[in-house]
Amino acid sequence: MNNKQLDSIIDKYHDQPGGLIGLLEETQGLLGYLPEYVLRAISEKTGRPLADVYGVATFYRAFSLKPRGRHLALICLGTACHVRGAPRIVEEFEKHLGVKAGETTKDKEFTVETVNCLGACALGPTVVVDGRYYSHVSRRKVREIIAQTKRGQETGDPAADRRLVPMEASCPACGQSLMDGKHPTEGRPSISLEFLSDGGGGRLHLSSLYGSPVAEWEPAPPPSSPVSAVVLCCPHCGKEFESRSLCAECGADMALLRIHGGFHLEICTVPACRGRLLSLIPTPAEKRT
Amino acid sequence: MIQLTINGLSTSVEEGSTILEAARFLGFPIPTLCHLDGLTPSGNCRLCVVEIGEGERARLVSSCTYRAEPGLKVRTSSERVVKARRMIIELLLASCPQSKVIQDLASAHGVRRQRFRQEYEDCILCGRCVRMCEEQMMAKAIGFRGRGERRSIGTPFDVQSDVCRLCGGCLYVCPACQLRCTYTEPEKAVCGGCANIAPPCIEKEQFSDLMCYMDPCVACEIQKDQ
Repeated sequence: MNNKQLDSIIDKYHDQPGGLIGLLEETQGLLGYLPEYVLRAISEKTGRPLADVYGVATFYRAFSLKPRGRHLALICLGTACHVRGAPRIVEEFEKHLGVKAGETTKDKEFTVETVNCLGACALGPTVVVDGRYYSHVSRRKVREIIAQTKRGQETGDPAADRRLVPMEASCPACGQSLMDGKHPTEGRPSISLEFLSDGGGGRLHLSSLYGSPVAEWEPAPPPSSPVSAVVLCCPHCGKEFESRSLCAECGADMALLRIHGGFHLEICTVPACRGRLLSLIPTPAEKRT
Repeated sequence: MIQLTINGLSTSVEEGSTILEAARFLGFPIPTLCHLDGLTPSGNCRLCVVEIGEGERARLVSSCTYRAEPGLKVRTSSERVVKARRMIIELLLASCPQSKVIQDLASAHGVRRQRFRQEYEDCILCGRCVRMCEEQMMAKAIGFRGRGERRSIGTPFDVQSDVCRLCGGCLYVCPACQLRCTYTEPEKAVCGGCANIAPPCIEKEQFSDLMCYMDPCVACEIQKDQ
């Protein structure tokens, strides 16, 4: 993190009373933890005594003064979880990852921490990994949780994952809805597009849950095209979706769809690529030069 | 001015003053530990508990932080208050038995035993030093750190602070680290020396090991006379 970033965060919270927590939260969001030099810089720039900044940073369990791993597992040791066997869950995590609670694995993948209550006592024992709640965790489940986290959480059960946002897509050219209730994916209407490749064309059904990788090709794209781009167009007006940017993963063109609420979804035109981009800043298509 | 009643005596105090100030004005003694004139009251130690209200709605509050209210009825030494106060002293003794201040309080309030698991802490987290450093010395070199059983007082990152001027104000106001009373057997939590006419330590053979700094400690006074 450079000084400019820190300065802009400090400016944002400087005038707010009680802004220190927000400031620390955002700083930790950038760095993953709060190093000593950052706390000293915050104290210097905000004019708050270092003792205050340090006191707040050490008081809340959400803040860490030590580097954390890529994944953070929080195991609840509150009363309800405790009586339902949470200490054994902690042991299981420690055994599988080879670290003690509060420590980070050598490969910096996992940090295991205990918390005193997550407020989800009825679901206990509760474990939160990277913001995702796992309920009624048993010793057996621990291995699954670790494996799933390492695999990437998007392969989890989409119906249960609240972080997947349902989207309503429409064509930016004709404005007609692209939602197809006749071909549901993951229990929701899919986003239905037409595709054209050298081997012919067909329908593409995308999951309407943002973050979900599910895409069904009908018929399957010819073997040559998984690596080469296809043309994606609107099934209503037949117009090809315009491309505003290149895929960050493979460098191919991205097709631009309009999402209800003034957002845009960009999807990679290469079938094998899973590049998706949801632009949350409403940028009118006309602005493109 | 606010009218209130303390132990049946009605008095009027200025708006904004605390029960503790009002009671002291009337001459009712309320023991304090974390309170220090010149520092903002924090209500940490709870030693200054008093009972307010009547009947079923009577409750205990810390008098150093509770502002006087019109018509408030305060009892500074009801049975409930005395019981609570003794318990607080007993708990303080359990964590920090070697403090002269706490030993004196125990003697003065008739606490003769300590029934909890004995610890030997150096700090009771009263926060006097933190407030002294911030409010009188304008430094704020030390502060509270952590939470729960890991709460402690000290400098950030446990290194010498850039803003500390080594004034020693924190040590000066500390009730736990000044003049430790160890008695002849430190593992016995309550000394009680100054409360006994026949101090238990004199009868011991290891009289030369006597390290009781209680003031006025009978045992110590006798040693001085000899």
